[in-house]
Amino acid sequence: MSVVAHREVAAPGGLWSRLSLGQKQVIWAWGFLAVPLVFYVVIRFWPTFQAFYLSVTDWTITKPASFVGLENYKRLLADPLFWQVFRNTFMYLILGTPISLLISFVIAYYLDRVRFMHSFIRALYFLPFLTTAAAMAWVWRWFYQPVPIGVINDILSSFGIPQQPFLRSTTQALPAVLAPAVWAGLGFQIIIFLAGLRAIPVTYYEAARIDGLSEGAILRKITLPLLKPTLVFLVVFSSIGFLRIFDQVYNINTNDPGGPLNSTKPLVLMIYQTAFSSYEMGYAAAQTVVLFVILLVISLVQLRIMRDR
Amino acid sequence: MKEAASSPALVLSRVRPGRIVAWTLLFIGGVIMVTPLLFMLSTSLKDASQVYDLRVIPAAPTLDNYVEILGDGRFTRWFINSTIIAVIVTLSNVFFDSLVGYTLAKFQFRGRYIVFIAILSTLMIPTEMLVLPWYLMASQFGWIDSYWGIMFPGMMTAFGTFLMKQFFEGVPDDFLEAARIDGLNEFTIWWKIAMPLVTPALSALAIFTFLGNWTAFFWPLIVTTSAELYTLPVGLSSFAVEQSIQWEKIMTGASIATLPTLIIFLFLQRYIVRGVMLAGLKG
Amino acid sequence: MRFRHMLASVAIGVATLASTGVKAVEIEYWQYVFDTRVKAMTQLIAKFQEANPDIKVKQTTFPYADYQTKVAAAILAGQGPDVVQLFYGWTDTFIAGKMIRPLRAEAFPSADIERDFFPIVSAMKRGNDYYGLPTAVRSLALFYNKKIFKDAGLDPNNPPKTLDELVAAAEKTTKRDGSGNIVSAGMTLDMGGQDHQWWREVLIRQFGGTPYTDNDTKVTYNDESGLKALTFYTDLQKKHKVGQTGFMDEGQAAFRAGLAAMTIDGTFRLGSFGTIKAFEWGVVELPANAQGLRSNYASYFANAITSKAEGEKLAAAEKFLKYVSSPEAMKVWMEVVGELPARRAAALTPENAAHPIYGPFLKGLEYAHTTLFKDELAQRQVAIDMVNRVIIGGEEPKASLAKAAEAEQAILDRAKR
Repeated sequence: MSVVAHREVAAPGGLWSRLSLGQKQVIWAWGFLAVPLVFYVVIRFWPTFQAFYLSVTDWTITKPASFVGLENYKRLLADPLFWQVFRNTFMYLILGTPISLLISFVIAYYLDRVRFMHSFIRALYFLPFLTTAAAMAWVWRWFYQPVPIGVINDILSSFGIPQQPFLRSTTQALPAVLAPAVWAGLGFQIIIFLAGLRAIPVTYYEAARIDGLSEGAILRKITLPLLKPTLVFLVVFSSIGFLRIFDQVYNINTNDPGGPLNSTKPLVLMIYQTAFSSYEMGYAAAQTVVLFVILLVISLVQLRIMRDR
Repeated sequence: MKEAASSPALVLSRVRPGRIVAWTLLFIGGVIMVTPLLFMLSTSLKDASQVYDLRVIPAAPTLDNYVEILGDGRFTRWFINSTIIAVIVTLSNVFFDSLVGYTLAKFQFRGRYIVFIAILSTLMIPTEMLVLPWYLMASQFGWIDSYWGIMFPGMMTAFGTFLMKQFFEGVPDDFLEAARIDGLNEFTIWWKIAMPLVTPALSALAIFTFLGNWTAFFWPLIVTTSAELYTLPVGLSSFAVEQSIQWEKIMTGASIATLPTLIIFLFLQRYIVRGVMLAGLKG
Repeated sequence: MRFRHMLASVAIGVATLASTGVKAVEIEYWQYVFDTRVKAMTQLIAKFQEANPDIKVKQTTFPYADYQTKVAAAILAGQGPDVVQLFYGWTDTFIAGKMIRPLRAEAFPSADIERDFFPIVSAMKRGNDYYGLPTAVRSLALFYNKKIFKDAGLDPNNPPKTLDELVAAAEKTTKRDGSGNIVSAGMTLDMGGQDHQWWREVLIRQFGGTPYTDNDTKVTYNDESGLKALTFYTDLQKKHKVGQTGFMDEGQAAFRAGLAAMTIDGTFRLGSFGTIKAFEWGVVELPANAQGLRSNYASYFANAITSKAEGEKLAAAEKFLKYVSSPEAMKVWMEVVGELPARRAAALTPENAAHPIYGPFLKGLEYAHTTLFKDELAQRQVAIDMVNRVIIGGEEPKASLAKAAEAEQAILDRAKR
């Protein structure tokens, strides 16, 4: 093997062998990076600039693009639908992130101490993470139906509780759409929390117990502070997920996507509809830029706050 | 038999009652978590007249829905599409992300930091922002409605590169030096020496990439036009709309789209959970 | 004589063989996925190819929800179909995008079209040019479940004829559980289905108004008649409680499951309802108002030739279009899909008029209106939102109607630019 490799390297002859080890390394490095760099430039950087450019044009799928300045942004800011969608998107974030992190932390905290059937119970929580959101949205859509077919309402009315409109209500629909997203994400967060909990050295706990700290105090003074890196990761990661919610919303109400009365429409669905139902690509591009800014600001703010504490 | 019956009791008697309550609640919670999946499966085994009967175990289970749906061939096609796409993209990521991660972790050259920051910065760009330019690119190059059109945006990811770089940094330089002295070329050193040392990370990367592509909906929805090229999620979505709300058919389709990953998980649980933990800790 | 005949047929045979051997033009045909439509088109293609061995037709189908987008994207990418099926209401979008071309007058003379087809094909005409021709037309009717009627003590052979009778029958046939939840609706309420058409072209007119003027570019329903029509509709849920939006997810699903006594739907639903085995259903003309005024909404999918078809493909596409709008094709379409022939002569046969199912739909065609949609999806959304604001949001119908009129006018104005 090594002989073959030798010969390959030696083959270019004098030039290659005259290079120093460091120079050879540089050539190898750029050789390894060549294809990936082309990929990143063509598939990531160029489209990023193009998205900014498209956002200041009136490109529709049928007409070529021409420059319109900040027209699309002005239209967006004046569009009441945008502000509704903006609120919805933040509702997904503000409800989704704390609720899912709280639930998953509590579960992970107790699951970490459970030995009996540990991996079976963990599997129960983890399974939903492996499902396809587009498929699960249909399962939940069925759950939310009114009687006589909806599972949840059937259970409610068998207990004499009045049936709930869920997806047919402007106030309940957004939490109802959010629930499957939280449900599917829990398994991942629990596993990450478990990993974080495991990484805390047992000696810390032992020392605390010797000092006579209560369980609550141990949680506050040792577990949570040491879990901070995990928490930062999960907060940023799940926030981005909730801000980009689409699959569930699109599938749970295909007759009136984002309805009723736009009460569940997130920004990504608005982008999809603007681009691929109304063909207003330029306007949609402006919306994607706004999404980018939102994601950037939220992530930076979160990282900043969590670092300071 | 007697022993088996007595030993859990023994364990439980030593356990504080609080633990038992916690265990029971965790168990109930876990059952609630899989309830939607149980209902989905159970309804897929019912015929139209039983759908309104909400028993979890069907009174007269039937595979008719599966026979009918798999019989028309579209789901098989979508299944194959999803598999091919997820496998190719996963292989590409495992190869390129680790190659780049390795280069950035183990080579000294001018521009290394810039390349790293540049790649990392793409993590901040949401896919949704690139979708319109990609779509434009795909229509200009005739990639609409092709495997390549579905795959090209995900052939490499900054997340995977970052993950692999983290892991390669943990590989001792001595190993690589020894191989260099043996006269191995750099590619062989990476492929034969370094890669086997990071297999847990590679499996984590593979699991995430596969799962992400298997469940992907947004981009395949945009870039595919004909039903022959749909992936499972997109196919399922259009199938469900077309079924005019026949729940037993929709649940069967949802089961077909979901079961493969669940079954794989049952066999590879240990590796998958470890992979997720690794990715989460280092990512 | 006989010999010459034989010789001629041999010659023709050789010629066709030769031509198929040399070049079989392949054209592509696109329509949306709907089981019976695809089946019917497959039959038509087989027959067409048999008669024209030198032409091959490839059929591609998409789900309805994404259909328009996919067609637009593909044609612009230079990949799409040569002959495409499109909803008449999308014509302006397709023309604006230069996706379809006008039919050549030499191949499709306007005078012939106007003589042979129902007048609603004029929705495909821009200036002097026709941009497409339908195989079949569709209208609305009231479907009712005879079993539920019988169980409620109503005469299953005497379905409602007026709006008042409709409400009365719905009240009698609605079933509720102990807590007052509807478990079987008297009437389906589903604006996302056909109800928005019913409201727009039927109810508004029956309450004395007109939905639009100026070739459907000016909204005129924000008046007393529009308000009465909207109130009538929302009262079905709010006052009479005979239906519930979202019940069983879709109106057609509720009717199909035997959990709704009545639903308004189109001819295109006949195939799907035809598979119902659990109960017998009937069809009747849409109910008249108290003065006996009736209206209906007719629509159709037309087949058009795309701008992509050139040269020999264009000639093949024209041949194919002629065939799919021929009386023969219309007969196949009616048998398989259940849609009414677009040619007068093929539709108005005595046998069809007396037909228990086709009869009511055909009668509806005589007084039907066709909305010239600028953006059907967006205009439908306006109607959905209008009703939701009243039913879910508790808004006054008057305010909701005004908002709807304003929103729809904005859509029409935007399209004009």
